Amino acid sequence: MLGTVRPLAGLSLVAACAVALTACGSSGGSADGSPAPSGSAALAGQTITVYSGQHEQTVKALTEDFTKRTGIKVELRSGDEAELANQILQEGAASPADVFYAENPPALTVLGDKGLLAPAAADTLKSVPTADSSAKGDWVGISARTSAFLAATGKGADTAPPASVLDLAKPEWKGRLGIAPGETDFAPVVTQVVKAKGEDAAKQWLKGLKDNAKVYDSNEDLSTAINSGEVEGGVIDHYYFYRMRDEKGAAATHATLHYFPKGDPGALVDVSGAAVLKNGKHQAAAQAFLGYLASAPAQTVIAGSESYEYPLVADVKGKPELPALDGIGAVADPAQLGDGKQALSLLQDAGLLQ
Amino acid sequence: MTFPVRAHGPSPLRRWRAAGLLAPVAVAVVAVVASPLGFVVAEAAQAGWDQTRRLLGRPLIATLLWHTVSLAAAVTLATAVLGFGAAYLVERTALPGRRAWTVALALPLAVPEFVRGYSWVSLFRSVHGYWGAVLVMTCSLYPLVFLPVAAALRGGDAAAEEVSRSLGRGRLATLWRVTLPLTRPALAGGVLLVSLYLLGEYGAFAMLRYTTFATAVFTQYKLGFDAASASLLTLVLVALALLLVGLDAWAGRHARVTRHGAVARSAPPVRLGRWTVPALAGLTTLVGVSLGVPVYALGYWLIKGSSTTLPSASVLGATLATLGYALGAALVATAAAVPVALYAWRRGTRPARAVERVAYLTRALPGIAVALSVVHFSVRYARPLYQQPPMLVAGYVVLFFPLALTAVRAALAQVPPGVEEAARSLGTRPLAVLGRVTLPLVLPGLGAAVAMVGLTASTELTATLLLRPTGTQTLATQFWVYTSGLAYGAAAPYAALMVALSVPSVLLLTRRTLGRPGKNS
Repeated sequence: MLGTVRPLAGLSLVAACAVALTACGSSGGSADGSPAPSGSAALAGQTITVYSGQHEQTVKALTEDFTKRTGIKVELRSGDEAELANQILQEGAASPADVFYAENPPALTVLGDKGLLAPAAADTLKSVPTADSSAKGDWVGISARTSAFLAATGKGADTAPPASVLDLAKPEWKGRLGIAPGETDFAPVVTQVVKAKGEDAAKQWLKGLKDNAKVYDSNEDLSTAINSGEVEGGVIDHYYFYRMRDEKGAAATHATLHYFPKGDPGALVDVSGAAVLKNGKHQAAAQAFLGYLASAPAQTVIAGSESYEYPLVADVKGKPELPALDGIGAVADPAQLGDGKQALSLLQDAGLLQ
Repeated sequence: MTFPVRAHGPSPLRRWRAAGLLAPVAVAVVAVVASPLGFVVAEAAQAGWDQTRRLLGRPLIATLLWHTVSLAAAVTLATAVLGFGAAYLVERTALPGRRAWTVALALPLAVPEFVRGYSWVSLFRSVHGYWGAVLVMTCSLYPLVFLPVAAALRGGDAAAEEVSRSLGRGRLATLWRVTLPLTRPALAGGVLLVSLYLLGEYGAFAMLRYTTFATAVFTQYKLGFDAASASLLTLVLVALALLLVGLDAWAGRHARVTRHGAVARSAPPVRLGRWTVPALAGLTTLVGVSLGVPVYALGYWLIKGSSTTLPSASVLGATLATLGYALGAALVATAAAVPVALYAWRRGTRPARAVERVAYLTRALPGIAVALSVVHFSVRYARPLYQQPPMLVAGYVVLFFPLALTAVRAALAQVPPGVEEAARSLGTRPLAVLGRVTLPLVLPGLGAAVAMVGLTASTELTATLLLRPTGTQTLATQFWVYTSGLAYGAAAPYAALMVALSVPSVLLLTRRTLGRPGKNS
């Protein structure tokens, strides 16, 4: 079996290694190639289990880099974020997971509400903007993506993007729109509309979407449908466009990405986050991993990867083709997004989901 | 263990001992494979009355019910007609190339569900909704009817048909009045599997944009993280499944066909005459549509996808893992199905049949409900094995036990009970009869069960993601990793390997189910 650390010894190590890792982070570029943080020496050789709902290729690059720096080994369990969250809920205190790395805040909020998450180390929380992490401090924001409008191009006239995500409920979009309401990425947009316009207006908006849109299972399906001209446009996270362009090649990409204006509920910046599980057996090593994810070296890996996400640490730049994050909008408040249940029941009442 | 004494006639005590062993073993097996039902009931019970009313009182529930039932009815009917028709053509007519057709008609089983869904949706954007779902599901499920019916036609004695023809009954009348009833148990078994499967299927319907109860269950888990609500909806599926199993029992009441002679003779093939061309065209369309579409889509992505690279070293590891788990599951599921089938089929009592039917119900549960229940039970009662290889195998066994049971049951039905009775009357003890007479006779059928479960398990995704040992990749999980990153080119080799790996199983399946070529001609 895997080695375990006595709880007390573990706790005393948390602070030390978190500090060490944050130090790496704040020193920027010079962090690369720096020796392993001194506090984590005692943790080297331990193995932590990470449940990850994030893009596997990127997370693999992250865990390998982390192991090289700290000597802590990582067992990576990649899966669908919702399935993994349900799995942890079933496992309860017996979960083998030390860290949960989710795509969206609601998956983390659900586990936090059930008391399954441990507080993140203060220094880890400090390395990203406060708004990007949970207010309770039980998970930390790692990367961001923005919702945007993907419009079909090429076949006939190019589709003019809507001025606001709210316009998509107008009759002029009837039969031209696609949405993927079952994606965990779409619920936050619904929540933003509720926040901006109130619940009744949000219901009306969803009713309009129901009349106008073809419903797709996933953002992958929706992007493909827009690219093939089946529908003229739809709301997706920005990175689906870039990943599709990489796969199909620029010549076979018949769509352009438009960002909603700042302040619009559609101009939503949503974060992915990670948390240490309270019942995990390797608390110190897990905190060290969280600290690493929020450090400059890890954020540089994320920024350069094929997952096209935005890093959250101040000095690390995203891919050159991505517009600056602060020009798009504020990060959606995780507390507002909640556990996603309100968005779900609104989508169900509108008949967009079962 | 006592020394076996060759007594003249089994003593009442020995008879009782063998009988006494079979029932508890069968009941224990079914208790394990049906445990997800208990999990679903327990989770649903956590939902309050208000939640139940809110969830089941929505007008959408009626829509979902209608979607689920109408789709299941249409696909079941279509697979019954196509499966029976194809089986009749290859087994009872002078169709050219019958053996090649048999293999080609079974091959769609080798295409994983999600590959099929994706290939249809990516090639024909207009295939979606009700008719899209009917088309795609019929294409993928008809072999479940075709194989058992073809086996029944080949294994069954054709004497009755000859008598019917010689008495002046026409070809169609004989087909309707004699041949069809002969295959009724096989047809009913296949149709039951198809309809139960349709209740629980999620992935293909999600892709085809068709909502059923199973897709609603998945939404509750995915966006609501809400096992109680999801389980409530799942209970509706269980109720539908009970209805189907009850229907099957009712339909099968008078349809117990047993072979009386030990040797079956086949009838001289019916000459098709001017129907040869339409028959060939029909089969070509069926195989072309159900096999051609996924093969074309895979080829497209292998060549066109920018992420296409030479398969990395991980392909070998994933292939070996897939093979190992699938084979393990196939062997365990088949071994577990033998006592249940024996108990239900040989005992034939009402409770014995009821035990067997319970085992079928899990087939109607959405994969995620089954997978989470295995997580739930193994974390509590088999902690050291959790996320170890045996638990993934156990998960597959729970999921695919009904497939093994159907194949074993079909094999047992082909053994004339007279043979066992004769052995017993010659003084062989019941257990020895099982070992020396019954099992050798059903061995080919067991091969079919192994192939069937192995085939299905090697392409399973939902339970694999939840139950596999951390760090282990199978071909299905790798395929999923790439497609969820939109890297279809990189995903294609894994899908192609899954199909390639399944081909030997399908060949084995057709051979095992239908007997060695030439045996009956």
